[in-house]
Amino acid sequence: MPEADVRRQASELKFRDPAKARALAEKLARLCEAIGREPIQVMHVCGTHEQAIAKYGLRTLLPKPLDLIMGPGCPVCVTDLPEVDEAVALAEDGKLIATYGDMLRVPGTSKSLAEAQAEGARVEVVYSAAQAVELARSTDEDVVFFATGFETTAVATAAIALEDALPGNFSILSAHKYVPPAMELVAQIPQTKVEGFLAAGHAATITGWGIFEDLVERFGIPVVVGGFEPLDIMAGLVRLVELIRDNSKTVVNMYPRCVTRAGNTVAQQQMWSVFRTAGGMWRGIADVPDGSLRLRDEFAHLDARKKYKIDISRLLQHAPSALTEQCICGAIMSGLATPTDCALFGKECEPTNPVGACMVSSEGTCKIWYQYGGHPEL
Amino acid sequence: MSSGPTIGRRPQDEIVTLKHGAGGRAMRTLIEETLAAGFIEGDGGAIGLAAFDDGAALPIGDRWLVVTTDSHVIQPIFFPGGDIGRLAIAGTVNDLAVMGATEVLGLTSAVVIEEGFLRSDLERIQRSMQETCHEAKAKIITGDTKVMGHGELDGVIINTTGVALADSVVSDSGLSPGDRIILSGPIGDHGIALMAARRGLGLEGELRSDVAPINGLIRGALDAGGDAIVAMKDPTRGGLASALTEMAEKSRVGIVIDEAEVPISTAVRSAAEVLGLDPFHIANEGKAVIGVRPEAAQATLDALRSHPQGADAAVIGTCLEEHAGRLILDTGFGRRLLTEPEGEPLPRIC
Repeated sequence: MPEADVRRQASELKFRDPAKARALAEKLARLCEAIGREPIQVMHVCGTHEQAIAKYGLRTLLPKPLDLIMGPGCPVCVTDLPEVDEAVALAEDGKLIATYGDMLRVPGTSKSLAEAQAEGARVEVVYSAAQAVELARSTDEDVVFFATGFETTAVATAAIALEDALPGNFSILSAHKYVPPAMELVAQIPQTKVEGFLAAGHAATITGWGIFEDLVERFGIPVVVGGFEPLDIMAGLVRLVELIRDNSKTVVNMYPRCVTRAGNTVAQQQMWSVFRTAGGMWRGIADVPDGSLRLRDEFAHLDARKKYKIDISRLLQHAPSALTEQCICGAIMSGLATPTDCALFGKECEPTNPVGACMVSSEGTCKIWYQYGGHPEL
Repeated sequence: MSSGPTIGRRPQDEIVTLKHGAGGRAMRTLIEETLAAGFIEGDGGAIGLAAFDDGAALPIGDRWLVVTTDSHVIQPIFFPGGDIGRLAIAGTVNDLAVMGATEVLGLTSAVVIEEGFLRSDLERIQRSMQETCHEAKAKIITGDTKVMGHGELDGVIINTTGVALADSVVSDSGLSPGDRIILSGPIGDHGIALMAARRGLGLEGELRSDVAPINGLIRGALDAGGDAIVAMKDPTRGGLASALTEMAEKSRVGIVIDEAEVPISTAVRSAAEVLGLDPFHIANEGKAVIGVRPEAAQATLDALRSHPQGADAAVIGTCLEEHAGRLILDTGFGRRLLTEPEGEPLPRIC
């Protein structure tokens, strides 16, 4: 067999074997039957999980009693309107905005960065915080890195902020969010009745799985840390339903090839030396205490909010449209509704003309359902 | 396009944005509503603007004159596996070929150049066009040149128009339930190579654009499959997903694709995963999708595979009576919709 084929098989078959996935699905069905009630509600809190579930068509494998709810797992979706407005205002004021690709189309109060760009503002897509710094080095213009995402990208922003000799024209507009407080908040919403969490493996590589012990203790809800390949997800769900059956309130790490109990302590140290937690809105959900990450005072020289006077008032003159008021993104991100419950889904609200942020990002539940067909009967 | 109650256009609908150029639904709607408005009626027996096919076909006696035109803009102008000159020839030759017109009568070439453009680069583009014409057995028969001021365009734009005669034309709408879908080779190479080169991702390694004229390959398939070849398309902008969705909608059939059968190179698959992109949405510039009656599928496949450009050709799907207009992907785990990209594919955050 040619070497390339060997590599391909090694990389794919290990965690993408449909036969093994079906075997896990059967096990899951037996477990649900043994529990003998429905729905059994579990929640994942990660857009990458929903992506993988939809992309591989895993929902068609899940037993009917198991209700797998999508929680607030999309960093793009929970970026709040005023945060987008700040970036748009800076762009319109002539700053060069560098940001991740899927932030471009997120609607602000009156426009998105993509629309500001179409009107002449400068917006560059970058793949990393480091690339934003390179961009600043290559120009005399003021470059503002619109930094979004959870712990996973916040550590990358922190590592950059700690570098020596950053160019003077570089600054950071932080809209980073911190996941654990949001999980606590969702765990407390009475209507959701979450019986178990499938936690995001990539965020846990940074925070460590130990961070969930406190949540388990206080709310009595088991947590399984899971990876993102089809078999990771199926095996994670099997373990989670086992914990529910056994009434076992504990954290189980089902992603040990990447996640440890302590996590990446160097990255954590860097993150907390650069950022502090702050309260702030998660778009559509609620004010999440300690759910936002802001630059510490020592990094004021890099903080776009301190470096520039950001005036978003001119963007706020648009009253929210009638459509925006019908959007139920918040309920969807809290796990209280699914996209097909929304009157706008696939009609007035489409990826090219999104009403809510959930229809923008490839991590957003509405976009994922639009793209892959939600609960398909194909 | 959905047509629910409209509450007036939103501000963003008043201007053209990059999403309108990405080859998907937004682009087709813009064209229908503006550029093609008023022209799309009354094509008689010919394939005209209303068909939104790869080109037009006009009856001349008992034969068909096939015409297509394409403006080529690309950054960077020189990229791994090709350049704008090769793209300008191959793109137009392939649009003719997938309509069944594989012997090119002639090509036109209109070049718009930005002041300050290097003469040596222009010569390099010209050599590349010549070489590609040679591969495609095509000639440039007339042309036009304009120079615009610095900053008035980005480098160079090349428009090529192609004309060819064909005994019969193949549309992109002739599919029936039971027909097989054949793909001529691996997908994603062009778009991923470009994205890697454009962004300096350090992933370039094995990634090369597939840009090439494939009229010879298609001639082989047509000779083997004959009238049983009922639809063809080249999956360029918008990728395989857009091409197949258009074919499903126009033919009013469902199409189910078996993901395991779709050839994708390891390099493209890996780069696409890193970037959070779907290879089904990525542009190709040297591939064809061919719809064929089931009884001729094997002969068509054999003909493709016997050609160097078709060595990895595969039967990737089947047309269904149900789910008309929809494209369905069987992942091996389950089935799901495979939809067109919405706007330019953008890499994900995590």
